[in-house]
Amino acid sequence: MNDKSKIIAGLIIFVIFITFPFWYNMGKAAPVPEPKLTDKAKLEKECVEPKQFMKVEHMQILDVWRESVVRNASRTYVSKTGKKFNMSLASGDDSCIGCHSSKVDFCDKCHNYASVRPYCWTCHIEPPKEKK
Amino acid sequence: MNSKYMFSLIAVIVLISLAYVGVEAAGLQVIFGIVIPYMAVLIFIVGFIYRVMDWASSPVPFRIPSTCGQQKSLPWIKHSKIDNPFTAGGVIVRMFFEILFFRSLFRNTKCRINEGAKISYIWEKWLWLASLAFHYSFLTVLIRHLRFFLEPVPVCLQLLENVDSFFQVGLPGLFLSGAVLLASVTFLFLRRIYIPQIRYISLAADFFPLFLIISIATTGILMRYFTKVNIVGVKEFAMGFATLHPTVPDGIGSLFYVHLFLVSVLFAYFPFSKLMHMGGIFLSPTRNLPNNNRAERHINPWNPSVKIHTYEEYEDEFREKMIEAGLPVEKES
Repeated sequence: MNDKSKIIAGLIIFVIFITFPFWYNMGKAAPVPEPKLTDKAKLEKECVEPKQFMKVEHMQILDVWRESVVRNASRTYVSKTGKKFNMSLASGDDSCIGCHSSKVDFCDKCHNYASVRPYCWTCHIEPPKEKK
Repeated sequence: MNSKYMFSLIAVIVLISLAYVGVEAAGLQVIFGIVIPYMAVLIFIVGFIYRVMDWASSPVPFRIPSTCGQQKSLPWIKHSKIDNPFTAGGVIVRMFFEILFFRSLFRNTKCRINEGAKISYIWEKWLWLASLAFHYSFLTVLIRHLRFFLEPVPVCLQLLENVDSFFQVGLPGLFLSGAVLLASVTFLFLRRIYIPQIRYISLAADFFPLFLIISIATTGILMRYFTKVNIVGVKEFAMGFATLHPTVPDGIGSLFYVHLFLVSVLFAYFPFSKLMHMGGIFLSPTRNLPNNNRAERHINPWNPSVKIHTYEEYEDEFREKMIEAGLPVEKES
């Protein structure tokens, strides 16, 4: 008894499965997203911390801020360089969305690319979409 | 101290340092990020096919299922259709439960000799539970990593992530599968260390994959929850890899390269190791054959062709002499 044909069929299915990422994209890389900065943000040059730090740690900062505001009612953030900031995500000009006013052009750019779906906006009100 | 696990542990530590020093000190991002991963994938696919085809070329002349129930017999004896399958359908059901739920491992028992030299078998489900948790969480982690290789990310993948981070612990949200993976693989390792009989039969080849997977899970968890890497850069790297236009983006920490190198080692090591049980479970002749030896004749394909001389031919040759000698013959002329 020899089941070679069945085994080969199984192997082909297996190889198709594990090479899935290679043929799903069919050789064309989607462009790396570049979050759009508003003029106000560009003018400031730097967020509450340097750009590289914000890139990888912003979620941690927001998590710490939430803890600090909700549990301790403390809204002042002192950055590493000693500058003071108002801890707030979406309360107007003196908050994150004060500079990063468009969720679509800023937050979603990278979040969609990396398949991250933070639940910020289930409580906070999304910044209004820019009028066209 | 046991030379077998020390050997494996040292091997994994050397691998980690190799990647770390290679990237941090020697700046070999291209080697560790592009050359080695592609080679590993190639070795994995070619090696996997080679191993399976090697098994496939061995004929299985006789049915040798391990039977765990009553064989099909007289109509008034109840036949155990899954544990002693008679048809291909029964085999498919048996393999389905074996592969997806590790049914044979569920039968695991612990045996103990009591006072008075009486033996007792004890219900032991921890191995089965940890194995199931390990394999499924590893599968989930593997599938979840496709988010780096696919653009746009398919909806089913997003759904899986949502389920996996269901408890919304911390930011970035805790993926349960990662934690379960590390916990279960640690259990499987401790089991080999603490149970004397298991330690006695464990080889370096048993410990090496465990250490490797523990290190992979640990570096992954470190990157996600503790030291953090630039995730967009990682995706850019992975997309370059999947579209065969590899790039090495800046700003990805060396921890990422350690993680990637260990995964590459795991992939490349896979076809040469006991991890091939992934393909082998489908081909285990004690599971995938119907037990029908008593109903059907299975002829051995490697029987040599023997020159035979039947009695009819013999009688034809010697009939006259036989009649002369007075021996009985079947045909008179």
